[in-house]
Amino acid sequence: MRLRVLAALVWLVLCSICLFAQTAVPAAQTSPANPPAAPSGLEPVEMRLAKLEQAVTDARTSGDNAWMLVSSALVLMMTGPGLALFYGGLVRRQNALATMMQSFTLMALITILWAIFGYSLAFHGGTRFIGGLGSAFLRGVGAAPDLDYAATIPQQTFMIFQLMFAIITPALICGAFAERMKFSAMVVFMALWSVLVYDPMAHMVWGKGGLLNASLGGVFPALDFAGGTVVHITSGVSALICALYLGKRLGYPRQPMPPHSVVLSFVGACLLWVGWFGFNAGSALSAGSLASSAFVATHFGAAAAAVGWAGAEWIRNGKPSVLGAISGSVAGLVAITPASGFVSPMSALLIGLVAGVVCYLMVTKVKAAFGYDDSLDAFGVHGAGGTVGALLTGVFATRAVNPIFKDSQGHAAPVGLVDGNPHQLLNQFAAVVVAWALAIVGSWIILKVVDLLLGLRVSEEEELQGLDLTQHGEEAYNL
Amino acid sequence: MKKIEAIIQPSRFEAVKDALHEIGVDGLTVLEVRGHGRQKGHTEFYRGNEYTIDLLPKIKIETVLPDSLVDAAVQAILKTARTGKIGDGKIFLSNVDEAIRIRNEERGESAL
Repeated sequence: MRLRVLAALVWLVLCSICLFAQTAVPAAQTSPANPPAAPSGLEPVEMRLAKLEQAVTDARTSGDNAWMLVSSALVLMMTGPGLALFYGGLVRRQNALATMMQSFTLMALITILWAIFGYSLAFHGGTRFIGGLGSAFLRGVGAAPDLDYAATIPQQTFMIFQLMFAIITPALICGAFAERMKFSAMVVFMALWSVLVYDPMAHMVWGKGGLLNASLGGVFPALDFAGGTVVHITSGVSALICALYLGKRLGYPRQPMPPHSVVLSFVGACLLWVGWFGFNAGSALSAGSLASSAFVATHFGAAAAAVGWAGAEWIRNGKPSVLGAISGSVAGLVAITPASGFVSPMSALLIGLVAGVVCYLMVTKVKAAFGYDDSLDAFGVHGAGGTVGALLTGVFATRAVNPIFKDSQGHAAPVGLVDGNPHQLLNQFAAVVVAWALAIVGSWIILKVVDLLLGLRVSEEEELQGLDLTQHGEEAYNL
Repeated sequence: MKKIEAIIQPSRFEAVKDALHEIGVDGLTVLEVRGHGRQKGHTEFYRGNEYTIDLLPKIKIETVLPDSLVDAAVQAILKTARTGKIGDGKIFLSNVDEAIRIRNEERGESAL
């Protein structure tokens, strides 16, 4: 009852704020007007030149914008249906729908938060740690590009692309508390987590003047092309905290809990692989050669990690499993994410191979040794893979791929360790430490608050019946 | 009238069905079931977790036959369902008091 009144109130407040913002915000900018035509005869050279320059800019914009809109759609596809199927197949059948619903809910919930203030907190200029509220309600986010972030695409495209990252990051955490968390508690936890953990981390790494920003005035310029720290370490480490705080599922690990459909997970993993091209190659924020390079590195990383994981399994168990191969590919995609725009294809193969084996050992050996119930291995894959990737980025990043650092004469300076810049490893380490710390502290506090407010876990009886029936009143498979 | 319940290996099902059809068994009910007898299960690995699967998939055939057909049917099943390994299954026979065809309420062996 209390919850319903609260929800209704929040809804009313949101609606009125939206209405208010609608009237307060000036209309979006219209596209720049064409230069006026000359009155008669031949136009002056300056005017023709200006027209030509405008035409070149427009052509560049439409090329880049086309790729960025496709990339945005690809990244959304990673959450739904990609991750929803991947996770949905790994749970038992009585929790299949509820697990898919968690991903889907975030597609809607985070979008609303992003529109109101999330984007602003992450990307508007502000402090070293979090952005200001200048772009709240997407004020001024229109057709004109933001020259600092992506000079050739409308800022609106940049905003929607970044939103897709803000959606999938919390969705990854769902793997840790699968099959036992209340839906209401999940919604409140995720809303708070997005604001208190994701937005600050995105600002620190990618925002103007952020603490760890590599090219827009950070203190520790850390390389994170597409979200090794921002997306995978924050979500993976938060997942571990969730698994520890909520405790094990009833019967774990005594009772067998095999995936109810590896087929669904297989389809989901393949969608993730394809969607990841938008995630990483899209992070070039343009359709040029850097996007190609990131695309290739992404693919190579995934392939090598699939071989690494399945190979390790083959050696230890005598059989390479389908679930092992697809889990490996995801681990490789995670690890190559921060590195994708900085490393050569051969380095990508190496990073993928290392990530595949490391994540396999995390999931099979480390988890069993410590006994936590990270149900779908969100920490083992994203936390471990993200950390491996963030550190190896500092090793393999090279100016031949991405001359992001300049020396005093404006020439390309060495980027990573192999390039002759061992100092970069320290910056990468700093980013890893910040991401781990923020995820641990932030998640713990939010869990505590939500626990006091609503309680995190369903009752034992509800857990045995399954979340589909008890949280949503539906079943995934009807006779 | 007797009821035959035969639990067999899924891989032998087509052969058993054809053999029964050949000796004149017209009606069958087939169920996909899981169970175990003396055959041990197998192990499955999911991300390093080892699960012992002790309920194995089997096919259960049920048919009710006039007494004259029962011996031939049992012989047909024995011949076609046997692989010689543990896990080939079992045949159970039981008496049936009455059979009724729902469409026209025919009773007894003519209802089979």
